Amino acid sequence: MSVSILKKSPPAPDERLLGELNGLAGRLDQQQLWWASGYLAGLAAAASGAATAPQAPATAGAAAVRPTWTVFYATETGNSRGIAAELATAIQGLGFESRTVDLAEFKPAQLKKETRALFVVATHGLGEAPDGTEPFFEFLLGERAPRLESLEYSVLALGDSSYEDYCETGRQLDARLEALGARRLAPRVECDVDFEESSAGWQATVLDRVKADDADAHGAAVQPHLVTVAPASYSRRNPFPAAVLANQPITGLGSSKTVRHVVLSLEDSGLTYEPGDSLGVWPTNPPALVGQFLELLSLDADERVVLGDDSLTLGEALAHRLELTQLGRTFLAGYAERFAVAPLQALLEPGARVELNAYLADRQIIDVLADHPVSPSAQDLVEVLKRLTPRLYSISSSLAANPDEVHVTVAVVRYDAFGRPHFGSASNFLADFPTKPGATVPVFIAENVRFRLPADEAPVVMIGAGTGVAPYRAFLEERDARSAAGDNWLFFGDRNFDTDFLYQLEWARMRKQGLLGRHDVAFSRDQAEKVYVQNRIRQRGADLFAWLERGAHVYVCGDAKHMAPDVHEALLDVIEAGLGADRAAAEAYLETLKQQHRYQRDVY
Amino acid sequence: MADKATKPTHVEEVKVASRLLRGSIEQSLADPLTGAIAEDDTVLTKFHGTYQQDDRDVRADRARRLLEPAYSFMVRARITGGILTPAQWLDLDRLARDHCQSAIRVTTRQTFQFHGVVKRDLKTTIRRINDMLLTTLATCGDVNRNVMCTPLAEASAVHRAACAVADAISDGLMPKTRAYHEIWLDGERVTPEQEVEPLYGPTYLPRKFKIAIAIPPWNDVDVFAHDIGYVAIEENGELAGFNVLAGGGMGATHGDPATYPRLGSVLGFCTPDQALAVAEQILTVQRDYGDRTERKHARLKYTIDDRGVDWFKAELESRLGFALAPAAPFRFEHNGDRFGWQCDPEGLWHLTLFIPGGRIVDAGERRLLSGLKAIAEVHSGEFRFTPNQNVIVSKVAEADKHAIEALAGSHGIDAGQTLLPFQRDAMACVALPTCGLAMAEAERYLPEFLDRVAERLDRHGLREEPINIRITGCPNGCARPYVAEVALIGRAPGRYALMLGGSRLGNRLARPFRDNLSEAQILEVLDGEFAAFAAGRQGDESFGDFLVRTLLRDVPTWPGASATNSASS
Ligand code: SRM
Ligand SMILES: Cc1cc2nc3c(=O)[nH]c(=O)nc-3n(C[C@H](O)[C@H](O)[C@H](O)COP(=O)(O)OP(=O)(O)OC[C@H]3O[C@@H](n4cnc5c(N)ncnc54)[C@H](O)[C@@H]3O)c2cc1C
Ligand SMILES: Cc1cc2nc3c(=O)[nH]c(=O)nc-3n(C[C@H](O)[C@H](O)[C@H](O)COP(=O)(O)O)c2cc1C
Ligand code: SF4
Repeated sequence: MSVSILKKSPPAPDERLLGELNGLAGRLDQQQLWWASGYLAGLAAAASGAATAPQAPATAGAAAVRPTWTVFYATETGNSRGIAAELATAIQGLGFESRTVDLAEFKPAQLKKETRALFVVATHGLGEAPDGTEPFFEFLLGERAPRLESLEYSVLALGDSSYEDYCETGRQLDARLEALGARRLAPRVECDVDFEESSAGWQATVLDRVKADDADAHGAAVQPHLVTVAPASYSRRNPFPAAVLANQPITGLGSSKTVRHVVLSLEDSGLTYEPGDSLGVWPTNPPALVGQFLELLSLDADERVVLGDDSLTLGEALAHRLELTQLGRTFLAGYAERFAVAPLQALLEPGARVELNAYLADRQIIDVLADHPVSPSAQDLVEVLKRLTPRLYSISSSLAANPDEVHVTVAVVRYDAFGRPHFGSASNFLADFPTKPGATVPVFIAENVRFRLPADEAPVVMIGAGTGVAPYRAFLEERDARSAAGDNWLFFGDRNFDTDFLYQLEWARMRKQGLLGRHDVAFSRDQAEKVYVQNRIRQRGADLFAWLERGAHVYVCGDAKHMAPDVHEALLDVIEAGLGADRAAAEAYLETLKQQHRYQRDVY
Repeated sequence: MADKATKPTHVEEVKVASRLLRGSIEQSLADPLTGAIAEDDTVLTKFHGTYQQDDRDVRADRARRLLEPAYSFMVRARITGGILTPAQWLDLDRLARDHCQSAIRVTTRQTFQFHGVVKRDLKTTIRRINDMLLTTLATCGDVNRNVMCTPLAEASAVHRAACAVADAISDGLMPKTRAYHEIWLDGERVTPEQEVEPLYGPTYLPRKFKIAIAIPPWNDVDVFAHDIGYVAIEENGELAGFNVLAGGGMGATHGDPATYPRLGSVLGFCTPDQALAVAEQILTVQRDYGDRTERKHARLKYTIDDRGVDWFKAELESRLGFALAPAAPFRFEHNGDRFGWQCDPEGLWHLTLFIPGGRIVDAGERRLLSGLKAIAEVHSGEFRFTPNQNVIVSKVAEADKHAIEALAGSHGIDAGQTLLPFQRDAMACVALPTCGLAMAEAERYLPEFLDRVAERLDRHGLREEPINIRITGCPNGCARPYVAEVALIGRAPGRYALMLGGSRLGNRLARPFRDNLSEAQILEVLDGEFAAFAAGRQGDESFGDFLVRTLLRDVPTWPGASATNSASS
């Protein structure tokens, strides 16, 4: 409505309009006034084909490609936030797009997409970055930081000259951005505790640069980022050697288990993936595991063995070529037969199914070798062992949000049983992966077309326990990147709230931003009675059924042994209640969902 | 700027909107997705006696793990005069072990705090404190806090009478909202709209409000450091009344000269039965005139300085409807605790035990939690928290002295004997890792710092010299450092502002001497001054007095530093 006023009113506004404006002005504080001036200027520009706004490009169309000026801040006591808000408002006042972003909430990988960044950063502790922004600075200063040629920036550093490391954080940031190829628009300004003046000076300089910013020249820079798709020559057989960009535990100290977030580089691999796909990893068996074998069988790692048409040492064979952990019927049969192990042969009799499964359930190969020692030769051993197989990990990232990266969420398998330590092959390979540059993990993409996001407007219900939550991180990143309109609902379960709430901060951000509309959690070990996702599903039954009726797609990921079947039962209960019909009807309903690909599972 | 100064603070807005302190606390407690509560609710829970905190030792590590900070809650109890029965002590011990990290923290206001209570245990914890016939209501927030009273007075009749007044004041100034009972005790719900806060009104006070009663010659409560101080005046063994002090306070902000510690101004004298009315009316003046636009300027001390003591006294007396009598003379001997056994006129004994950093825990040789539990199991008298974070086993019969002493000894609890005077008189605030405002270590750092000071004192033959040293992790002054002879005020990790020249009577402010010093720099200053002191001290002059006479002669003191050791002037 203020638009119409401006259009109709003559250049010199009449009494009434002036009155209205003054009335309004009276109610705004300084910042709001800044903003309003920009807002009105913008309206004026829009109303009159932008001709009136001096710095605006000639055509209204060009205004669209004007890049956004992102004002990042790193604050602990709020000064930087204040300055950032001021500056962003002033930039908007010039009719340019601008937003403020707290570096404590910013996904570092996104920096690649920025073209105009202004940083207002404080230093705290003894020359340290403000609380919460550590992850950002670790990323930027670390190996993982991308080149930033398309970035233009300037830094305002807040500090207190009574500290030795004066404005340290700002200095580091400025130097690092330059090193990464970004272009400095205006020199860094450092301000002491009385920052107002120097801050104002810096803002003035920066605003000049903004005015001078010619959108067309940068038009290219703001095109959406595209992943270059070379012919994907890499495959399961021909894995891509991926550098490890980050590898960190995400379960808290004192957790009953270790789950790690591992980030690998796909740069120049030509590999692409969709949310729902998995990453294949060719492990090297952990030295401790190989050692266990050699010691138990008192064999020599350097002894030469023949494997197919290759001749290599036993050590190499055990480390890189042979399956040392996963125990299956085939291995057991081969072992029993070749070494005539009577008790095992008995166990393999058709009549002994139950006993056999019980035996296989919680044992690894090492346990069999120990239970039934036969002192095989090195060659015997390599011939009875199966070939090493790759492990799969649900991809927990979206390419759109993390160009050239693939993230996985790995639970480290390490436990004691039968009086000896047990190691999972791939999870320990990744967990202990050497950080030395140049080291790579052989990976490939395992497509999973049966675990795919629906059309953007469809609601989605995601159910996962433990690492089963991994693909949902990818789903939500993807839906965010596509600005998909559909509602999202996540059910997550694990052991303890304090240590095992995987990606807790990221979900919180997604909830705040409205992306993750509903979120239910179950932590089994925080109270006397155990609570699991299936309990939450039943508690939310009515709403959940309503979502199904609205065409929701349901996803289940994680443990195949218990979680998936229990969740299946819970869903049937919910549907039965919702329909007010019997079990058969509920089963038919869920079956239909399956056929319409609205009930998808990725369980292991 | 200009319009900011006329706008009520956000905290004021939260109070107004809170429906007498309800806010959305219950929803916050029920939210399973975070260990925290809604930001505005963190303002309100303070009035209920609990603060949201997080373990700052693991903050950065958890952020890296994409986990929210390790949120937990500090819970503070209200114990007028700091007195507990052995039965209450045993409940306290059980609760500490069940939900509160097996630790009890004695505070500088004669009560205790729990740390590390997770959200899902918070309601149970507060309920169980109420089951002990204590409360946590109004131990924090913009209301009157725990009322202190010198815990140990040889004149036990005066102590009894003074405690009775403290109780009356504490009860008289309690908020009346039912929100507390609804939220924590499942009390029946009343419609907030029909409720009133007769004394406070819907927005309570502009800021926290504190009251302490000192019984001369002991100033262990640091009576000059509180919004209201009462100095008990004795006449032949009975309580005659109180000198009334107003406008004391410690809090300041680094580099902001508009904020400063201030000693209470002596207003006059009142009788015991006038004491409550006096407290009520001082509170209402502050309620009506206190600055609600700037929290840093909202304490009573600024209300008084902005308008002058005379205006304040006149306003108070007009509200009281009577004039205060002229203050009576009084003398203080010192502001510390007196460790070991003391006997009262009724022949009962009181044993003051040293609690390092006020932290009652089992740690190696020192098994304070278990030791005090063992004592509580056999003791029939009282426990009393001192204003200096220590514990007194009170009212012990002659016959039981030995047993109590033996239990303390066998659990490695010290009654001060094995420590140097300056070590047992020293105090530090909580600071890291729980305090959200800490800029540097305090409680965790105090012991090692004192050891280093001991070495320096040794060099100059001053081992036995009682020098009052206090450390706080920030300028808020929770260990009342600004009245100490030597005070370290946290600036940043390993960095402190050094204040010097308070008195051992708690009636003179230490002066800002140097800012942002490292430990080495601080020890260097002290070493030099100890040397000068050993050489140039006059008679039994105290270290603080010496510094004021020499080093600090030309060093400016704070505004409002106008206290005297006797009312006559
Ligand atoms: C526990 C205790 C220190 C101790 O080691 O014993 C304490 C601890 C805290 N004080 Fe205090 N204060 C404590 C006595 C004091 C005192 C001394 C006294 O009251 O005799 C003072 C100085 C006197 C005064 O009030 O002027 C004091 C002045 C403050 C201030 C500064 C107030 C001001 O006017 O500027 C703050 C910060 C604030 O209020 O904004 C504060 C705030 C805090 C908080 C709650 C930090 C916060 O606001 O987030 C600290 C919690 C730390 C923790 O993890 O437990 N605390 N605080 C004391 C509890 C007393 C009690 O039982 O109620
Ligand atoms: C499609 C798909 C997606 C997957 N996504 C993920 C994911 O996102 N994150 C993830 O961490 N894993 C995921 N997995 C599982 C993953 O592929 C590996 O199976 C897992 O990491 C273990 O591999 P490993 O080489 O470390 O252990 P292995 O060397 O394979 O050893 C595992 C063997 O040890 C034994 N064992 C393991 N734990 C125990 C125990 N507690 N008690 C007794 N015996 C035990 C079992 O015999 C098991 O076969 C997925 C699997 C599939 C098929
Ligand atoms: C505990 C603490 C430590 C600090 N350490 C440093 C430091 O090491 N170097 C520095 O230049 N400034 C330091 N400062 C000063 C701050 O950077 C300065 O106050 C700044 O204005 C804070 O900005 P913010 O409000 O955006 O956090 C410190 C401040 C505090 C409170
Ligand atoms: S003085 Fe500062 S650091 Fe110490 S407890 Fe009080 S607020 Fe925290």
